Amino acid sequence: MPRRELPRLAAGLSAARASAILPAYAGPGSRPIVRALLAPALIVVAVFAAALSALLRFSVLEFVPGSLQTGGLTTANFTGILGRQYLGAVWDTLLLSAATTALTLVASYPVAYVLARTRSARARSALLVLTLAPFFTGAIVRTYAWVLVLGNTVVTWPVPMLFTPRGVLVGLVHFSMPTMILLLAAAISHIDPVYERAAASLGAGPWRVFRRVTLPLSMPGIVSGSLIVFAWTLSAFATPELLGGGKVKMIANVVRDLALDSFNWPGGAAFAVVALAVTLGLLAGAGRLASVADRGA
Amino acid sequence: MFRLAVILLLAFMTLPTVVVIAVSFNPTAILAFPPSGLSMRWYVNVVTYPQFQRAAWNSLLVTVGAVALAMPVGTAAALALARGRVRGQELWATLLLSPLVVPGVAAGLGFLALGAALGLLQSRSVLIAAHVALVLPFVVRSVWVSVRNLDPTLERAAASLGATPWRVFRRVTLPLLRPGLLAALLFAVIVSLNEFVVSLFISTRLTEILPVAMFSYVVNYTDPTIAALSTLFILGTFLIVWIADRFLDLGGVFLHHR
Repeated sequence: MPRRELPRLAAGLSAARASAILPAYAGPGSRPIVRALLAPALIVVAVFAAALSALLRFSVLEFVPGSLQTGGLTTANFTGILGRQYLGAVWDTLLLSAATTALTLVASYPVAYVLARTRSARARSALLVLTLAPFFTGAIVRTYAWVLVLGNTVVTWPVPMLFTPRGVLVGLVHFSMPTMILLLAAAISHIDPVYERAAASLGAGPWRVFRRVTLPLSMPGIVSGSLIVFAWTLSAFATPELLGGGKVKMIANVVRDLALDSFNWPGGAAFAVVALAVTLGLLAGAGRLASVADRGA
Repeated sequence: MFRLAVILLLAFMTLPTVVVIAVSFNPTAILAFPPSGLSMRWYVNVVTYPQFQRAAWNSLLVTVGAVALAMPVGTAAALALARGRVRGQELWATLLLSPLVVPGVAAGLGFLALGAALGLLQSRSVLIAAHVALVLPFVVRSVWVSVRNLDPTLERAAASLGATPWRVFRRVTLPLLRPGLLAALLFAVIVSLNEFVVSLFISTRLTEILPVAMFSYVVNYTDPTIAALSTLFILGTFLIVWIADRFLDLGGVFLHHR
């Protein structure tokens, strides 16, 4: 067990002991109070669920061109996704998401390793702030920055970057790195360095230690990080919208075009429902893998 | 070599920020890097552009409204989940954190359809409702971590000395939760101020918040005004994260979470 878990365990044990001695104080544990505390959150969840139900409802209603009125029930919105003009966007989205995931993983691992393993509190703090600040800087600010960098302001690129899939890919990788770094660092910090030292003391070189010990032990983080980045990139909007300049369309951009430009809410809703279903499926997979890895650890 | 790779990757991560800040002081409307001189004219433009003034006011109203609602609601839920013996605790946690994983366009179009059905799209109420749902996960998460690190013995001690449950909460629980509440507040404010995709779907020209107004500006104009506004956003965010890192254990929240 990692050393830092000890204080938490001790706190848990003392709490258990205290509750055996002092059962009189119910605190916020009693049932009516718990219910009252959860009720407002339930309302918020219900409002969110109502919005998603409105989305679902529109996805099965017939689109009447030129009007926000809708017709009867239909599956045409979903079969429409398979039409040639939309299937291209779906394919581009899948390709870009796969490429983004692979590149983000490779680019994030070294930073995550240093973040998890550095002994200097200063370096750790600096890395954490550098990683978290873009994590919390809004999509528009971060994407606009890439418009400047890719748009031949700083350097003149040998190949066109802005408004090409290449440029969108760079922006997506940059956007996904903080998330991946945090997830990988969490996984790496759970590996006891003793294993690495043991391998090294038995004569393995640094590369071999990494490949045979660190990498396999950090696999839960790699898998869940990749699934989460893939899922989030599937529904990326701001990056392809600004860096793609209308020439690179991903699923979310098609949803916006349909809903806000063509006023085809049903068509947009069907696309959004598919994106939602795929995202939830992937994240459920990530969660499942994470809990399996937890039980194994 | 490994060290060099890490430094290059960090440079890649910070490069756009550096460029935005440099370009924001550019004296001409044509973007250039490095800038040929120093000028504050784009900052003047940011403060005097009427649509940004309106959007800043909308951002303030929406963020304050959403955070004021989400903080007590999320804190109450986190307390109940961390302390109470709640049946289906995992389900509750999943439900409360679920807005985090729903694609922005799905939530955005959903709130648009809901707002249209209720006839509320001209007001900011749909924006505020959506922002509450979107920041709630961050509030619940931060407070939850904080409650779990709180030793219940302290509350039991106060109770055994005769304090009423309300008094225990106000004098013991709440002060001990202060770091978690502060973290929740910071995250909620940052997330709400920067929210873009969902807000794009449910705002009109009159109710749009700053990121949406910035998006429209970038699409229509190419001068460095957005660089200036972005610089202000970046500095604000850095400051908040830096303060949070000084006063809170960010590593504890983000690295060893379970």
